[in-house]
Amino acid sequence: MGVILKAENISKQYRLGLVGTGTITHDLNRFWHRIRGKEDPYLKIGAENDRTSKATEEYVWALQDINFEVNEGEVLGIIGKNGAGKSTLLKLLSRVTSPTTGVIKTKGRIASLLEVGTGFHPELTGRENIFLNGAILGMRKSEIAAKLDEIVSFSGCEKYVDTPVKRYSSGMRVRLAFAVAAHLEPDILVIDEVLAVGDAEFQKKAIGKMQDISQGEGRTVLFVSHNMAAVQDLCTRVIILEHGGLVFNGTTSEGVNRYLNSNKISTGFLEFEKKDESAKAQVSRFEVLNANRAISSSFKSGEQMIFKTSVRVNAEIRNPVFSLRISDLNNVNVVTWRSNDFVNEPIPKFQKTNFEISINSLDLYLLDGIYNISIGLADGKEIVEMKIKFYQIEISPSKPNSDFHSITKEKSSKSLIYSLAKWNVDVKGDL
Amino acid sequence: MKDDDKWLYEISAKHKLIDFNFKEVWQYRDLLMLFVKRDIVTVYKQTILGPLWYFIQPLFTSVIFTLVFNNMGNISTGGVPPFLFNLAGITAWNYFKTCLTGTSNTFRANQNIFGKVYFPRVIMPISIIISNLLKFGIQLLILIGFYIYYANKGFDLMPNGNMTLFPVYILMMAMIGLGTGMIISSFTTKYRDLKVLLGFAVQLLMYLSAVPYPIAEAQRKFPPFVADFVVYNPLTQIIEGFRYMILGVGTFTWNGFLYTLLISFVLFFVGLLTFNRTEKSFIDTV
Repeated sequence: MGVILKAENISKQYRLGLVGTGTITHDLNRFWHRIRGKEDPYLKIGAENDRTSKATEEYVWALQDINFEVNEGEVLGIIGKNGAGKSTLLKLLSRVTSPTTGVIKTKGRIASLLEVGTGFHPELTGRENIFLNGAILGMRKSEIAAKLDEIVSFSGCEKYVDTPVKRYSSGMRVRLAFAVAAHLEPDILVIDEVLAVGDAEFQKKAIGKMQDISQGEGRTVLFVSHNMAAVQDLCTRVIILEHGGLVFNGTTSEGVNRYLNSNKISTGFLEFEKKDESAKAQVSRFEVLNANRAISSSFKSGEQMIFKTSVRVNAEIRNPVFSLRISDLNNVNVVTWRSNDFVNEPIPKFQKTNFEISINSLDLYLLDGIYNISIGLADGKEIVEMKIKFYQIEISPSKPNSDFHSITKEKSSKSLIYSLAKWNVDVKGDL
Repeated sequence: MKDDDKWLYEISAKHKLIDFNFKEVWQYRDLLMLFVKRDIVTVYKQTILGPLWYFIQPLFTSVIFTLVFNNMGNISTGGVPPFLFNLAGITAWNYFKTCLTGTSNTFRANQNIFGKVYFPRVIMPISIIISNLLKFGIQLLILIGFYIYYANKGFDLMPNGNMTLFPVYILMMAMIGLGTGMIISSFTTKYRDLKVLLGFAVQLLMYLSAVPYPIAEAQRKFPPFVADFVVYNPLTQIIEGFRYMILGVGTFTWNGFLYTLLISFVLFFVGLLTFNRTEKSFIDTV
């Protein structure tokens, strides 16, 4: 399988602010440079695309020096935060606009799906719109006619196919539009976030269809999404964009982890500034220790972890409830420990003093990945102190031991944790 | 890479001055026809009179023109019934006008589609030219109806051999309308001024294109420089030539005809060139 698409030094420059004052002078200056065979004077300037800092330059680079290749049959995920340049890249790939510098070379027909239902006309019927939309996306009339029944049944809009689209619900419109797009047969399909539409059932159907397209039919797909689950399901490789630059190009699981974990794993202990005295209590220090009582933030699955929290109490707490929660990067709570879960209350009444609470995990087989830790302290039902996802730990696959092989996320079919169990298989005799 | 040279196409900032991809346009011919169909079908959906509206506009305009210019203003139409004279002029003018105003808004009106998906942009203005041609065909029917009516009433209408030039006149109107429209459309992506200008410029241009009067009247009554403008306006040549061809009034010269043909081609190619340059990245500035 060879390279089907190649991007070389792609950059795209945009102008900030209003197009208006100065446009003509800049245009004329550009023209004056061009006829003398000189370089565009405005290409030399331009700030990195960081939305949060105040603009200092008039021009900005939405993309800067992007290089990548896509092989035939590959499903490439493009991920990045809002404003990282994903959509700009897709626009360039789908020839909606052209790059300021650089070149994209392709060996196949590209069809892009930057939005479903592009060119739907509200007055036309569903059937007429299927033809129109299909043709806009690059299909021949005969191709559409041949697939009409398939498209209609995939969309689930059989009943309404001769009704003007303006009478459709928004969900139906989207279904119809996706159905048309899914039956495109380009060499390279470019998709942007379209999966974020429709109900759960239709989303599942859509992802299934995309899997068929990429795996069954061996089509090359470029897929932009914020939905990491979908990216993980579909993509064979991902690239990450950040501030208009390409910062990662590699395997899906690595890329997704890196993207979700852009604020790095915590190291060492955390100490918190002294708050005002009016708070009943305050967490002053947090650390995670391993079995050897050394501070650590990366563990093997199943390894003992000791979560140590120091609390400064300013006023008496009669019913102290301390809790610690471990959640994964998809915000799924994996485990929560609460001090009042136990019959024999482990925490006595809090006096005005300093406390140290240690939670020692026993037999917790987290799967490999990054996890967030949140802690909370309450007096009965009144929350006194809360720190949400303030500390991150990394779990790597467990060492195989005498009981089992190494457990990894992939092997455990994406379940949340592993738990030891006693197995017994009886042979009940021949049939 | 051993097969580095087999790229299907490249997307880059550089482009040649003349860079038309006719093959690609041909590949999208189905889309062209579907756009034409969309334009025709959707305009009068949910109207009671439907396509009858195509008749009403030129008829009413002709009546008003006849009242103002011929009854009140006393403009000579050379023995042809003034109403028929005006109807002929307006029918021809309308085709040009709809082509120009329709295409001059291509980039702005379609920025939603253009911003999301690629197809040869030129499909859009061409589809407008074709759907307007169909409307023109319908309007031609009323003209023919009145033509037969007046011929039966004994008016001396002199259709002549120039009729064979009819397709060329259509082509010239389409080319001027499309060419100018594409130029304006390209500039309005950045500078909106032209759009404001266009609305009344077309209106005024009609009066300087010999629509409600023959060239001879202009030469007799206008100040010389205005008369010259009217004569050298390629649109005048088309309107006058169109009337000459079916009614036998006015002036026709081969020089004027060839001059108009040349201007049409020039405008068309300049338009195509500007449009092609603009389509590559207009979405950033529109």
